[in-house]
Amino acid sequence: MSSTQEIIMAGFGGQGVMFAGKLIAYTGMLSGKEVSWLPSYGPEMRGGTANCHAIVSDEPIGSPIIINPTILIAMNRPSLDKFEDTVVSGGIIVVDSSLIDRQTTRKDIKSIEIPATQMAADMGAGKLANMILLGKLIKETGFLSMDIIKEALKKVVPSKKQHLLDINMKALELGYNY
Amino acid sequence: MSDKVLMKGNEAIAEAAIQAGCRYFFGYPITPQNEIPEYMSKRMPKVGGVYLQAESEVAAINMVYGAAGAGARVMTSSSSPGISLKQEGISYIVGSDLPCVIVNIVRGGPGLGGIQPAQSDYFQAVKGGAHGDYHLVVLAPSSVQEAVDLMTDAFDIADMYRVPVMLLGDGMLGQMMEPVEFKEQKGRDLPSKEAWATTGTKGKRRKNVVNSLYIDPKELEDLNIKRFERYKQIEANELRYEMINCDDADIVLVAYGTTARVANSAMRSARSEGLKVGLIRPITLWPFPVEAFQKAVQTTKAFLAVEMSMGQMVEDVRMAINGAKPVHFYGRTGGMVPTPSAIIEELKKILGGER
Amino acid sequence: MKKVFQRPEVLSDVVMHYCPGCTHGIIHRLVAEAIDELNIQDRLVGVASVGCSVFSYNYFECDMQQAAHGRAPAVATGIKRVHPNNIVFTYQGDGDLAAIGTAEMVHAAARGENITIIFVNNAIYGMTGGQMAPTTLLGQVTQTSPYGRNAETQGYPIKVCEMLATIEGTAYVERVSVDNVKNIMATKKAIKKAFQTQIDGKGFSLVEVLSTCPTNWGLSPVESLGWLRENMMPYYPLGIYKEK
Repeated sequence: MSSTQEIIMAGFGGQGVMFAGKLIAYTGMLSGKEVSWLPSYGPEMRGGTANCHAIVSDEPIGSPIIINPTILIAMNRPSLDKFEDTVVSGGIIVVDSSLIDRQTTRKDIKSIEIPATQMAADMGAGKLANMILLGKLIKETGFLSMDIIKEALKKVVPSKKQHLLDINMKALELGYNY
Repeated sequence: MSDKVLMKGNEAIAEAAIQAGCRYFFGYPITPQNEIPEYMSKRMPKVGGVYLQAESEVAAINMVYGAAGAGARVMTSSSSPGISLKQEGISYIVGSDLPCVIVNIVRGGPGLGGIQPAQSDYFQAVKGGAHGDYHLVVLAPSSVQEAVDLMTDAFDIADMYRVPVMLLGDGMLGQMMEPVEFKEQKGRDLPSKEAWATTGTKGKRRKNVVNSLYIDPKELEDLNIKRFERYKQIEANELRYEMINCDDADIVLVAYGTTARVANSAMRSARSEGLKVGLIRPITLWPFPVEAFQKAVQTTKAFLAVEMSMGQMVEDVRMAINGAKPVHFYGRTGGMVPTPSAIIEELKKILGGER
Repeated sequence: MKKVFQRPEVLSDVVMHYCPGCTHGIIHRLVAEAIDELNIQDRLVGVASVGCSVFSYNYFECDMQQAAHGRAPAVATGIKRVHPNNIVFTYQGDGDLAAIGTAEMVHAAARGENITIIFVNNAIYGMTGGQMAPTTLLGQVTQTSPYGRNAETQGYPIKVCEMLATIEGTAYVERVSVDNVKNIMATKKAIKKAFQTQIDGKGFSLVEVLSTCPTNWGLSPVESLGWLRENMMPYYPLGIYKEK
């Protein structure tokens, strides 16, 4: 893997896009890397699509805005449509195939499809498709370690919601082992 | 590593202010700085401080005036249109020689503009957006960590010289998360506020009056001259800037705040292609680091100022260079952010023309 | 010899700049007497406003801050929040309080800010030379209502006490007048009560004092007092509008 991963995570508001992006950044930080996280903000967050930019690098990070991601995690169709063409050649597109009814048309990237929303529903945790997608991404790329992301999860999950830690970890593993 | 936390710029700025001893915050919501008042409303009551959501930015800055006059470490924050509303109060704060910190998380303008990052309030911040003879000390961090580190300085400079200090960020800095460490800050020896703060005489001293009205023009002139003598001290003592790769540079990029990060990326890529590019990053926008340019102008062939504006700081660059070398400009505006590749393209155009 | 009349301690020993016959002097004195009697001078912070009373920081012997036009209640809020045990008051005219400073006044009241406002209403802008005020009466001629204030184009005079009485945060609101000795005594009582309200921590207090401007009304001081009684009092009835 290259020394810098620029990840755009995109989906509907409420799918945990921001949270998953923060988790990536936190995991990168705990791994001793340079990291940044930048949300889309303002009216576009209200009801429509939300996205965030997470960068994990060995070098100091310039702009936290990602123009050409190395990894796109698309949690809905509009996100795939919007960002598909921006992914760098040789990059990765991770798609929640439960919600996206088409495959990527790019031939120069690695496509990963996983029915994350369906899997989350099956395990009784409908909102954890984001964790399943992350688990799968880690399995396929290895750019973050499962041990460290679990450490990060403890820090990113707010203290009031610590009881949700286990189910989040399970979802990560479910994706990892898919 | 373990001391680091991942924090949004806005929240980190608020926490840093509290750690710098700020106990009073008066503000009004506006995107993209809302996490500052939100954080303050959560934290201030826990540290025995005061958070107050005012009815307007106008009221908020005048509450700051009252609290600063009463001797408190106090701040407000806003974004561009809100900062315009605060200008009246800023002028009175200057005129009454009161210390405070004002954070501007700049968004695109003019008018209601947009909510995406911009640097188009440079003139307002640096050249004086309000009436009267004055300067604001303007600090422009380019990372969340630097914003945190500059916060104690901001309050200390304000108290030291009895001036308002502005921390100038942008939507990107406010919204982004980065690892940040809250280091033990060693404050400075600061002058007592006893001699002027309105704390009540307690029957022990003559009354203190906080005021900016002087009907006698000679008296007002004397006061303005005295204030500008303090500005001279600030210029001598508080200048901050960074110079990277300028010694052998054919061309030097000039950028501040988050734009400097983009410029830095562009510089590194350009260097890997064999282009000799340097970077000057002003950290204090006022006082402007003229000395950095006086150094660089000896060796480099040209300058390229990059801003998220139609060209504002570039005027100060031109004054600092004073015609000795060409000064070029590349900017994006309205919330658009320059990309490293666009900057590299500009660099190549300029270098190509000269070769 | 026993002293039967003296300058209140908190009133500065200086010549005031007010016009002959202006009632600001009386009101300053009443404020000062109330402060002396309550013995709060040492923990008092005043806020001067913009208008004729702009120099009031020279007339009160206590810590003072000069506020921008209309912003005195916001400045007072800042001071009071830093020093909750201090007694903080503003001294504002009708243009300052009821035009440019309406928002600051109303929201300080809505917050129940524990401050005291002395509001001097003389139905005209004095300092700038007699222009129409938010409290100028219908038909009243001023420099900017030369044909008399016309409701159709210039709207209606604002009744501050009536408006503030509807706000939950206000603890004490009274309208008084300084047109005769009896009313002057009542004014002092109201001002004292307003400060007492603050001392007791009850919240926002405001005393509106109907006042004269002989210079800009174009009347003698005595005629002015009559004009106040005949024209202002019917529209601005005296009385307590709120008392918690």
